[in-house]
Amino acid sequence: MNSVFGKTGAAYLAGVILLLLAPLAIYPVLVMKVLCFALFACAFNLLLGYTGQLSFGHAAFLGSAAYLTGHALKVWEVPTLLGLLLGTAGAAVLGWVVGSLAIRRQGIYFTMTTLALAQMMFFVFIRSPFTGGEDGLQDVPRGSVFGIDLNDDGNLYYLVVAIFCGAFWLIRRIIDSPFGQILKAIRENEPRTISLGYDVARYKLLAFVLSAALAGLAGATKTLVFTFATLTDAHWHASGEVVLMTLVGGVGTVFGPLVGATIIVALQNLLADKVGSLVTVIMGGIFVLCVLAFRRGVVGESIALYRRMIGERP
Amino acid sequence: MTELFGIPLAALYGQLVLGLVNGSFYAMLSLGLAVIFGMLNIINFAHGALYMAGAMLAWMGLQYLGVGYWWMLLLSPLAVGVIGIVIERLLLQWLYKLDHLYGLLMTFGLALIMEGLFRDSYGVAGQPYPIPEGLGGALNLGFMMLPKYRAWVIVASLAICFLTWYMIEKTRLGAYLRAATENPRLTQAFGINVPLMVMLTYGFGVGLAGLAGVLAAPATQVGPLMGSNLIIVVFAVVVIGGMGSILGTVVTGLGLGLIEGLAKVFWPEVSATVVFIIMAIVLMLRPSGLFGRQQ
Repeated sequence: MNSVFGKTGAAYLAGVILLLLAPLAIYPVLVMKVLCFALFACAFNLLLGYTGQLSFGHAAFLGSAAYLTGHALKVWEVPTLLGLLLGTAGAAVLGWVVGSLAIRRQGIYFTMTTLALAQMMFFVFIRSPFTGGEDGLQDVPRGSVFGIDLNDDGNLYYLVVAIFCGAFWLIRRIIDSPFGQILKAIRENEPRTISLGYDVARYKLLAFVLSAALAGLAGATKTLVFTFATLTDAHWHASGEVVLMTLVGGVGTVFGPLVGATIIVALQNLLADKVGSLVTVIMGGIFVLCVLAFRRGVVGESIALYRRMIGERP
Repeated sequence: MTELFGIPLAALYGQLVLGLVNGSFYAMLSLGLAVIFGMLNIINFAHGALYMAGAMLAWMGLQYLGVGYWWMLLLSPLAVGVIGIVIERLLLQWLYKLDHLYGLLMTFGLALIMEGLFRDSYGVAGQPYPIPEGLGGALNLGFMMLPKYRAWVIVASLAICFLTWYMIEKTRLGAYLRAATENPRLTQAFGINVPLMVMLTYGFGVGLAGLAGVLAAPATQVGPLMGSNLIIVVFAVVVIGGMGSILGTVVTGLGLGLIEGLAKVFWPEVSATVVFIIMAIVLMLRPSGLFGRQQ
């Protein structure tokens, strides 16, 4: 066990070092964008991959936190960290409301409910004066943290890496905790978990709130990186994108969402100026392909391949 | 009496008719969703895109080939139905043994593809579609002017919903369909070709969406984005009504359309969200939906 931990620990350390060195080779804003979406996908995966609940409304949490943080920093002029915290807390509260409604139904109805409530939030954002409507919330000041000026992309980068690593560690801890084990039990067999005496509704709701809060953290960080928040973050396309990222990377794997987000963001970046609106078509095509032939995603398939190679039965 | 709470009655009736028109589309689309879900266990996310395809095909028929409304009312749903059958044979049939969510994800992908293709060719702006000859103008009912085309949409979709109900509940084919929904293996053992029924059901369900699209074409702007916003409202309608009964689905659709119309008159700020608000209330009071069975 010790050697396994050593290996994983070393792999994590290598990953963090790689992240810290990445801006030397890649444009830091792009890496920060990847990290924001990776965090978004990890939060989503906590719900889909480990609790078995497909939410099609996670854009509402990304978008609401993005707006709230933007508004707090720009209009209320709060310190940067407090702004991030406010956005995250707002998304958690919204997650509690949406979650307590959605968990009243199972399966496909749960999904449709989350989608509908997120669409409702989208209309609320369109109409609310503080979001700036179609123009969005522009010129959000980044401020500073502990006296370090965040207007410098290089400085901001390390804050974003710290946020991502902290959140990633937290998600890992949640998954490995007794609480996480019960979530997996719900995913595998909900009636049995109920019969074992667990209050399934409470566990599902807490998982939903945690997932929403972390999605919110991703949205809040995104506002800081791009200094604006727009309706795109709250649109159902964003909800679909996070599903796609998680699916491509591997549902229910620890690193899947990170890999998936990297692939999708890189692809979008690459294709954006070449094919225009056909990007949607390509994303749809990837969806179809993944569902047909690639349901375990990149990480899931790699793990399966590795297991076959070392002769372990799946 | 020409006013109610300071609202002119003519405006109120006008919005109610418009609400019924929207409600007819909700009813036809959620009916198709329910029929498909019963048979395939798939929530068809592509339903909105196929509705849009129905309307776009009608528009393209008129624009490029000069084929008029009445022909397209027949041809466009058939074409959409054929597209549906191709989708079912090529893609969906591999998913029936998997979790529900894969069907949803697959059809979501298909919706993105269709929407993206039309958007690439026609942009996001809507195109006008002329009201067909003979249905222009309005009927004077004494207390209000009723635009003929709106009356036609309401009557036509009610007739279509009734025919669908009759076919499923009263005919032999419908009996097979219900049997196959209830227990596919047993039905297959009786010598009924269940995979064929599944294929035709999907074709029929999306054909209904295509038909709704053609009916909608002269009433709204025809554009690539007309389906995606509608389908989310229809999902809420389905959550409110449940997919257990045909009659329940139709009544829910029409009722919510009416409520939306009322909201536009009395409280315009919430008219876009009123369906979602009602969904939240229904979930709080009656989690299985108005006509749903407790799972």
